[in-house]
Amino acid sequence: MAAEAHTIDAMGQFQLHTVGSVFGASVNFTQSNLMMVIVGALILALLFYGARPRAVVPGRLQALAELCYEFTYKMCIEQIGEEGKRFFPFVFTLFFFILFGNLIGLVPYGFAYTSHVAVTGALALLVVVLCTVVALWIHGWRFFTYFLPPGVPLWLSPLIVPIEIVSYLSRVVSLAVRLFANMMAGHVMLEVFASFVVMFGAAGVLGDIAAVLPLGFIVIMFAFELLVACLQAYVFAILTCIYLHDAVHLH
Amino acid sequence: MGGKGGDSFTERLRSARRKQGLEADPGTPGAAGPPPSGLGFALRIGVELVSAMVVAVLIGWGLDSLLGTRPFITAGFVLVGGAAGAANVWRVMAPDRDRSGQD
Repeated sequence: MAAEAHTIDAMGQFQLHTVGSVFGASVNFTQSNLMMVIVGALILALLFYGARPRAVVPGRLQALAELCYEFTYKMCIEQIGEEGKRFFPFVFTLFFFILFGNLIGLVPYGFAYTSHVAVTGALALLVVVLCTVVALWIHGWRFFTYFLPPGVPLWLSPLIVPIEIVSYLSRVVSLAVRLFANMMAGHVMLEVFASFVVMFGAAGVLGDIAAVLPLGFIVIMFAFELLVACLQAYVFAILTCIYLHDAVHLH
Repeated sequence: MGGKGGDSFTERLRSARRKQGLEADPGTPGAAGPPPSGLGFALRIGVELVSAMVVAVLIGWGLDSLLGTRPFITAGFVLVGGAAGAANVWRVMAPDRDRSGQD
């Protein structure tokens, strides 16, 4: 291969291409969609095969499934309150869709669909629209008092209300950008250091020795990316819970 | 006696577990607190500031297009966006994060 001509193409990995030959191409079924389907199947399989033994003393898979369930359940109750039980299915689905999506990007041939702002933007929009609908459903027109915090003098309202509305709507952008930027940055970093290994390796024996350095760095980066993948999924889920708390309790 | 004994046993068990580092420190803030990594925290604050500005400019631009008053509403909403960004950062950083009370 023309190693001298190797350039760092950090963004090429995010390009979508259709999979499944003619059938995939005709409906624009990309590797991102394929990963979403795989992740959905993985989550269902984890819960199905995890719950099947119904042992009093759980095995490893059952313990994992129970841990996932109870962790999310507790998070809902703690953050939203007793009403959180009603939102548990939504938060669970969202949390594990994002978590597995982040993690599958670290598997060879995998693709982290959460590194596309279109995906995270759609998820964030779903969360904020749901919160607004829930708040309107529970509180009716009183929901709009959310934009005028209690204790603010009325003559300040022309200033406060636009600020609060912008602040409310900025949740969509901040939720989407936080997840997408973290995932994309991690994969770009990995790609850049992997390119260093190839470029050094092409430069002879001395280069081979130098290539150990970026290779070691990739190992460390990988562990760090594992942390980021879990942390960002958790942050997305817990912020969803906090926003739902605001929607249910208003202020 | 049973109740008191149970209490003291729970108390002693908790203190023993704490000594072994098994019990979470009761003073630990909730999961929504600032993450330990400085870079992650800076990114979080930056996102809060920028996202408010993005939304404000979009709203201002849209209203200007509707009403045909190109620069003025956008200019006004840039100020509002800055204020909303500061409000977002305050919500993240507010010292009293007791969400059960009034805000």
